Amino acid sequence: MRYEAPESLEGAVALLAGAKGETRVLAGGTDLLVQMRADMVDPELIVDIKKIPETRAVTEEKGGWRIGAAVTGAELKEHPRLKQVWPGVVEAANLIGSTQVQGRATLGGNLCNGSPAADSVPALIAAGAVATLAGPKGKRDLPVEDVMLGPRKLALTKGEIVVSFLLPPRPPRSSDAYLRFIPRTEMDIAVVGAGVSVTLDGAGTITAARVSLGAVAARVLLVPEAAQAIIGGRLDQAAQQRLEAAARAACRPIDDKRGTTEFRIDVAAVLTRRAALIALDRARTS
Amino acid sequence: MAKHHIEAKVNGDAVEFLCETEDTLLDVLRDTLSLTGSKEGCSSGDCGACSVMLDGRLVCSCLVLGCEVGGRSVETIEGMAKGETLHPLQQRFLEGAALQCGICTPGFLVASRALLEKTTNPTEHEVRYWLAGNLCRCTGYDKIVTAVMDTAAAMRKG
Repeated sequence: MRYEAPESLEGAVALLAGAKGETRVLAGGTDLLVQMRADMVDPELIVDIKKIPETRAVTEEKGGWRIGAAVTGAELKEHPRLKQVWPGVVEAANLIGSTQVQGRATLGGNLCNGSPAADSVPALIAAGAVATLAGPKGKRDLPVEDVMLGPRKLALTKGEIVVSFLLPPRPPRSSDAYLRFIPRTEMDIAVVGAGVSVTLDGAGTITAARVSLGAVAARVLLVPEAAQAIIGGRLDQAAQQRLEAAARAACRPIDDKRGTTEFRIDVAAVLTRRAALIALDRARTS
Repeated sequence: MAKHHIEAKVNGDAVEFLCETEDTLLDVLRDTLSLTGSKEGCSSGDCGACSVMLDGRLVCSCLVLGCEVGGRSVETIEGMAKGETLHPLQQRFLEGAALQCGICTPGFLVASRALLEKTTNPTEHEVRYWLAGNLCRCTGYDKIVTAVMDTAAAMRKG
């Protein structure tokens, strides 16, 4: 098993594109090392992307924020500004694992691990985040909701890596929230996750919204019908009911030891409503 | 393929070692550098028994590759006491019976010190959440949490 830690995107892409056997990108390693230990994967080449400056930076760009794919959850939490602008994204990233895992786990890894239950992904999708990929044919941008195709299945081509995420400019009176259900308070995998982002006008009416659900389908879902259910109003009781119905209708969950289909659909509706109320409250005071 | 030759700092001392790609930092610490204070519990990042500091950041050494630590600084439980003088957390864990079998203790101590370096006055809630990634099957956690809170209070008094 080869280990390489290139210092440039071109170097990483060339290594991955030129490899004959199975390859894995290493960011925080909190999934990859576990999978290697369990003999689930046995790559011939591991490319550590943490020495590539673009993967490790958090910078303002065009009025938005660009977050490197290998920035850790702990670093996001400590960032002086991100938590004010994108509290939902930061809180979602910080729900992944323990303090120890937070010291290593990254947004890029959480997405590319390809789990429908990844906590940061619904928050990124609700935020309208766009992933910047680098590959043998150069760079391209892909909305986060289009990166994951199904469990462990990504839209990335051979040699392509996720470099960073661009969170768009934030109008005034905008905010977001992420909630998940797990059977205890910490250290578990989402049974359902819900991310909501809203923008209000001066009168408090929702003018834009995005809703995303995790762990209720083979991939993390963007649910435009749920957003439509609350745009144009102030999230009164009727709008909350429409939001819950739209969330329910989007769910296609599996039945497993962590939650039955019926339970997941119920919880998805409740979490979506609660996350929307939190995002709305934050947007009013932002 | 040839082993990786890695130079790093462990507990302030320059060290060099050879490792295979798949060797974790925990493997290197225990089997190559004979620093067996860090324990292997789950090997999946759930139990925290292998907690160390990597460039000042609390991590599970079972989730770090040995070849990733080249040029970096690692602090383990072995560096916590200064000679014969225990760290206040170690002293308080002993006095407060915050351990029984002791397997989880190095991880709890390293993680607790990291918390007290960030905040000198943590709430019980903060202590419990910070230590959620450290598992103990003996104590029921109360004595551990109490020991950390007591140490913080004592350190604030100086």
